[in-house]
Amino acid sequence: MKNLLSAADLDRDEATAILDTAARMHAIQTREVKKLPPLRGRTIVNLFFEDSTRTRSSFEIAGKWLSADVINVSAKGSSVSKGESLRDTALTVEAMGVDALVVRHHASGAVNRLAGWVDCHVVNAGDGTHEHPTQALLDAYTLRERIGDFVDRHVVIVGDITHSRVARSNVLLLNTLGARVTLVAPPTLMPSGVSSWPCTTSWDLDDTLSGKAHGDVDAVMMLRVQRERMSGGYFPTEREYAIGYGLSPARLDLIGGDVPVLHPGPMNRGLEISSAAADGARSVILNQVKAGVAVRMAVLYRLLAGAEEVTV
Amino acid sequence: MSATSYLLKGVRPLGGDPTDVLIDGGIVADLGSGLSGDRELDGDGLVLLPGLVDLHTHLREPGREDAETIASGSAAAALGGFTAVHAMANTDPVADNADIVERVADAGHRVGLVDVRPVGAVSKGLAGEQLAEIGSMARSRAGVRVFSDDGHCVHDARLMRRALEYVKPFDAVVAQHAQDPRLADHGACAHEGELSGRLGLPGWPAVAEESIIARDVMLAAHTGSRLHVCHVSTAGSVEVIRWAKQRGVDVTAEVTPHHLLLTCDLLEHYDPVYKVNPPLRPDEDVTALRAGLADGTIDAVATDHAPHASHDKDHAFAEAAFGMLGLETALGVVAASMVETGLLDWAGVADRMSTRPARIGRICDQGQPLAVGRPANLTLVDPAGTWTVDPSALASLSRNTPFAGNTLPAKVIATFFRGTPTVLHGALAEVAVS
Repeated sequence: MKNLLSAADLDRDEATAILDTAARMHAIQTREVKKLPPLRGRTIVNLFFEDSTRTRSSFEIAGKWLSADVINVSAKGSSVSKGESLRDTALTVEAMGVDALVVRHHASGAVNRLAGWVDCHVVNAGDGTHEHPTQALLDAYTLRERIGDFVDRHVVIVGDITHSRVARSNVLLLNTLGARVTLVAPPTLMPSGVSSWPCTTSWDLDDTLSGKAHGDVDAVMMLRVQRERMSGGYFPTEREYAIGYGLSPARLDLIGGDVPVLHPGPMNRGLEISSAAADGARSVILNQVKAGVAVRMAVLYRLLAGAEEVTV
Repeated sequence: MSATSYLLKGVRPLGGDPTDVLIDGGIVADLGSGLSGDRELDGDGLVLLPGLVDLHTHLREPGREDAETIASGSAAAALGGFTAVHAMANTDPVADNADIVERVADAGHRVGLVDVRPVGAVSKGLAGEQLAEIGSMARSRAGVRVFSDDGHCVHDARLMRRALEYVKPFDAVVAQHAQDPRLADHGACAHEGELSGRLGLPGWPAVAEESIIARDVMLAAHTGSRLHVCHVSTAGSVEVIRWAKQRGVDVTAEVTPHHLLLTCDLLEHYDPVYKVNPPLRPDEDVTALRAGLADGTIDAVATDHAPHASHDKDHAFAEAAFGMLGLETALGVVAASMVETGLLDWAGVADRMSTRPARIGRICDQGQPLAVGRPANLTLVDPAGTWTVDPSALASLSRNTPFAGNTLPAKVIATFFRGTPTVLHGALAEVAVS
């Protein structure tokens, strides 16, 4: 595998292999000395055209624990406004002698396009409203720890599906792994053509969580809802959104006590998720963050060091 | 007047029976057999059309002479079989006053390869707020008859109404770029549907075009004015225009070659060479556009030739410039989508690419019948001659053709502009270049 641009790049075996590698990486996170040698002498650039503290830090730690040299390049603001084309930015950074580019961009497809111009490895760290494949991998890792096998498990994803790269990557990866997905959102936040996606959809969170709409629920993933969506007229008020689609304490009672609750962060407490849900026993939100480092180590390792067995 | 006379031997006017055509003194001097001229061209098997007229061309001069100039765009037009182009107003500075349109017209005249007819802006600075100096432009040496804010929709209903009323004394037309900016803002870049949802690209819904056209045909009916709809791209738009024409509204419409051949499936890999406004649409729309052009609901093919420097396309899809080249591939694409499919014969092509666009633009000596005494604006086409589009071989200064590597039918062999060859044997004629 040269690049990881989309969750669709992964077949079931490859995705499972990454999760297995991540499990080994995860083990070293509890050690006092966390560094492994395999990427010594390799250079990874985090090329971020959009701010992101958590994803950038996660990739940075992952690269460093594998002994790579990790450099953060912030290319914030549109390259158009700076007068430099995306192609020039990509070729300039690559020319410095880079082995892998980890790219975050505010425009969908930017990372696909960039990967066509450079020879080094490229990892998509989130492109616009398109995909975020390592987020889907860390979600899958977290889920696997809780629910084991994915086959016929039912994962409910709730929120602003239209603008969510997390949702797109999760639908693809969970489907590849054999799980069933239901997307829940008001009609204004449901993407056009969603009926052709490999999942079911619902406008009613209560019917979905209770299992009435699409069967028993094995996991719930809440998505961040940006407040500026209100000004776009996608929903009237925060209050009304929270009533319709927030994971309130009452809604927690609709799902089983062992059903994990996920959120990719950062959370809007009181909007899409209540504190009771975020901090409760079902929450695996911090496990997701922890898994993020392990999964990104696994991805970088498999891209840069090849697919051979990792020795820890 | 050209000193040399040309005899086209055995050509088929509009695809009909072979005849000889004598071009002399800038006009079609004679038709028939047994004629002689200073230079003879073997026209065996070639189709003779009236010179093509483009209602929608971006020549980029003044302002972006790195992407196209009036000279390079005129050369591209001649090679594509055109003898007249309408130069859109979204230059820098904007063509919203008599000085600019006269400058553009004069530059076109100096180049001398095609008629360059400037389009005037509807609103000052294309800002959609107050009318541009339409009267001055109409009365200027450029004699502007088409007004358009193309690139921007005249979205304010009152301004659109006033523009439609105001152009009446000049027998001019308002050419609308139909895009409701509230339903499809400047970020909208992909047909709203399954693909835009999956790729996460901002959607450009069909209704953003159709609702403006519906409003505008009612305004045209109310004011009794002449409306032209630019680059119609959806089946719904064709239906609205068909309905309006049946009611007697004075509306005309154009479709681009690319909307007749390409579909939004091409966006799959985010290549901005396929980014255009309005966006490429699904197959159903392409079928409806072809049918609309065939039955005359859509009056004209217009290229929306939009040259862009490569550094304006080397971006993420959403941030790259909108637009595609069109002049040099238009006839081939129309032949592939309309003639080879049996939807139009060559007489139909002449009607949609010359006669009607000339009438809409009120260019009196273009789009004329192929008859003795008429101005010799002519295009000679080899219907069986196929050619492969090589971007580096184009006369345009830009390379953003979506047809790179495609093999197209209908090669332009020669173009005559007022009796003088601008293109001979498929290349710019020396007399024209010198």
